[in-house]
This record gives sequence, C-alpha cells and structure tokens, in this order.
Amino acid sequence: MIRVELPANLRTLAGVGREVQLQVDGAVTQRSVIDALEAKYPALRGTVRDARTKKRRAMLRFFACEEDLSDEPLDAPLPEPVATGIEPYLIVGAIAGG
Amino acid sequence: MTTLRLLVGTHKGAFVLTSDERRKDWKIDGPHFAGWDVYHVNGSPAEPNRLYASTSRGWFGQVIQRSDDGGAAWQPIGNEFHYDGTPGTHKWYDNTDHPWDFLRVWHLEPSLTDPDTVYAGVEDAALFKSTNGGTSWDELPSLRTHKTAPTWAPGAGGLCLHTIILDPTNPERIITAISSAGSFRSDDSGKTWTPINHGLRSSYIPDPDAEIGHCVHHLAMHPSRPNTLFMQKHWDVMRTDDAGDTWHEVSGNLPTDFGFAIDVHAHEPETIYVVPITSDSDHFVPDGKLRVYRSRTGGNEWEPLTKGLPQKDCYVNVLRDAMAVDEAESCGVYFGTTGGQVYASANSGDSWMAIARDLPAVLSVEVQTLA
Repeated sequence: MIRVELPANLRTLAGVGREVQLQVDGAVTQRSVIDALEAKYPALRGTVRDARTKKRRAMLRFFACEEDLSDEPLDAPLPEPVATGIEPYLIVGAIAGG
Repeated sequence: MTTLRLLVGTHKGAFVLTSDERRKDWKIDGPHFAGWDVYHVNGSPAEPNRLYASTSRGWFGQVIQRSDDGGAAWQPIGNEFHYDGTPGTHKWYDNTDHPWDFLRVWHLEPSLTDPDTVYAGVEDAALFKSTNGGTSWDELPSLRTHKTAPTWAPGAGGLCLHTIILDPTNPERIITAISSAGSFRSDDSGKTWTPINHGLRSSYIPDPDAEIGHCVHHLAMHPSRPNTLFMQKHWDVMRTDDAGDTWHEVSGNLPTDFGFAIDVHAHEPETIYVVPITSDSDHFVPDGKLRVYRSRTGGNEWEPLTKGLPQKDCYVNVLRDAMAVDEAESCGVYFGTTGGQVYASANSGDSWMAIARDLPAVLSVEVQTLA
C-alpha cells in the first residue's frame, strides 16, 4: 500500500487522519498516486491539482524521501521506499508565515 | 414560533446562529470549514434546510459544500467550474489582455422554487448554474461572452460576479453585477444579456458615463417591486424604477456615499439601509463611528442609526454581502464587520446589539426566517 500524508485542511475535508493508504495498480508515479487518492476520496478532487489541467496547485508541494518532487515529471516512478510503503508521499501546504 | 437562522461566512470558516423571534439570545454553531474563506452561505427559499456554502483557500482552490439539515452536517459537492469553450481574455490592471481564469465562487443564489437549482457568481466574472443540487455546474456563457467582455477589468477585489437577483414575478429575469464591469440583465433565463448602467457616472473611468466599467458594489431589490433596484456603487447610492434601464442618484445627505452593503426592509419597499464607508482609500467607517443609515423615502433623505453601535474608535468595514434582513413581523436587520462582529436589530434598525463579537472577519451574512 502507498502511504500519503495530507495537510490538515484536506484531512478534515476527506474525513481522514494524517495519513491515508492507497492501493495503486501498475506503476507508482505521482500521477497514479493522486489518481488513486482522488478516486478513494472524491472530496479531494480539484484540491491538490486542477481538475481539468491536472496542474499542481501552486501553493502545494510534493515531497518524498527528503526530496522535493513538486516539479518532477508526473509519470516518473516514485522512489522505491514510497512504492513499497516504507516512506510516505507527502502533500504539503506552502508555509503561510507572518 | 418563528425561528431566525443566520448564515455567516468569514475568512476562517462559517457560523450558523439561531434565535427565536425575540432575537436577543443567539446560539452560535461553528466554525464549519475551519480555516477556509467562506465567501457566501445561502439557503434555498424552496427548502430552507438546503444550504449551499462557497469555501475556498489559496492552497486548495474552490470547494462547494451542501447541507440538507439546516447546517448541522455538510458534504462537499461539485467544485468543477469550467468556462464554456475557449475563454478568451479580459483586461488586466495594466490594460493588457488577461486570460479568463477561474478563482472562486463569490455568491450562491438558490432558485426561488427548486432546491436543486442554484446559480453561482464567480471570479473571473461568469455565471454558472447547477440543476442537480450542486453536483455539477454549467456556465451560462453568453454573459462572459458579451461583446463588451474583452474590455472588462477587475476592481481591487478581482473581476468578480458578486450579485445575482432572481425576479420573483418573472422566472426568466436575472440581474447580475460585476466589479468592475457594471450591471447586466437577462430577460430570457440567461440566454442574452443587456448592460443596465445608463445613468451611472464614475470618475475613475475615462468616459464617466460609459456603458461598461462601473464598479457596482451591490444591488438590492424588494420582492414586491422587482423593477425597483437599489445600488451601492463604488461611490454613489443609486436607484432605478425600470429594472435598470435608467438610474438616478439617491445619495442625498449621506456623510459619504462610498460603501459596499445595501439592503431593503422586508415589509417597506421604500426603506433602505447602507453603511457609509470613509472612501475608496480608507475602507473603514467615518470618524470611528459605526453608523447604519436608513432612508424611509427610497433614498435621498437618510438618518443615522447608532443606538447600540460603537460611536468611537471603530474602524471596521462592512462588505457587500454582509447585510441581510429577516421577514419577521418586526423586520430584523443584520450585518457583519471585518472586525468579526455581527450586529442585529429586531426593530428595523432603531437599536442594535452585537450577537457575536469575536468571529474572524465577516464576508457574508444571510438570514432565514423559519416558521
């Protein structure tokens, strides 16, 4: 199972805790993980990426294994520890300080 | 026994306030959607327990929520707002052409007769409609594709369609307002639109009485007189008695005619309310005094209403959708401030009390009068 950590507002919206687990068939990529996330939790459709263009929302970042994958190709394989469930895939809101 | 239910949208969630007809003791329920900007919450006149809420955040975009039990439980519904066809461009602040880009829903206006039908006014300005309880949304594109639309430019708050008025006597008539394009009327259920801005004068556009370009802040109508509309423009309070074909100014003796909110008494079509704001550069009430102004003559002659409102050291704003009137026998008037206060009057504005003091900045207030 793929582990995905969500920011607080999306946990509330989806009615889940900090981490969700997803079944991903086939290649484990950012696209397939987010597809699976939206399929399991329809309330999140459009909140992580634009519903039509599939473009990442500008104030969200995607991290895994201490790397920023936000601008990596969506169809590139995710790191092995994410694909095997050892490490989570992190959806992180940009810092709003002040 | 009549119950009043207040639907309050704020910068950090929504609140539902309820009271009996005395309107002295209010139960506050919330925050719903904590942390989200709630631009508007509105109830269906046909089924009052059906509520719609527009919630958005810069991080996560637009989410529409629906309640079928008067606001106790909510569920996210359709949030896909796609412009019809290739959207084209409007003007940007620097007068360059800017692609139409959906940002958020400013206003939700449920049908007067069908709880599953609801209109949404959005930024960048367009009108959407759902006929399945908000599950999906379709644009009524002829407004956004009006021949003048490529010249529309945003006000400081964005190019937003913020006002939708449905005529209770003519189901085919819809009136909308856009900052800063102006007001538009459709007499064929949104198939075609006519700008209705004749008589407006705005010194901040090159041609002060141009057909398009006026920053209309809000419109209000009494259901018994659908051809009479009242307008709070950027500057000027205006009135029409021919459904917008011609407007004339009714600012009269207001201390300043800049403002955002305007509303009409539930039982007296010539009694209207505004909250004057200092200026377009100083978005707070004049002289540190929070004063609602009431005209019982349909404009021009105004009286300040101050009893129960702070009269010193007050520097709040009242935004365009943050005033409402109830339909109780003694008309109640409500407004919320950017300081997080919600004020209520149970006697047409003669006296006021704060029914919430420390909410996040209030974006919208609607009230339901429940039998």
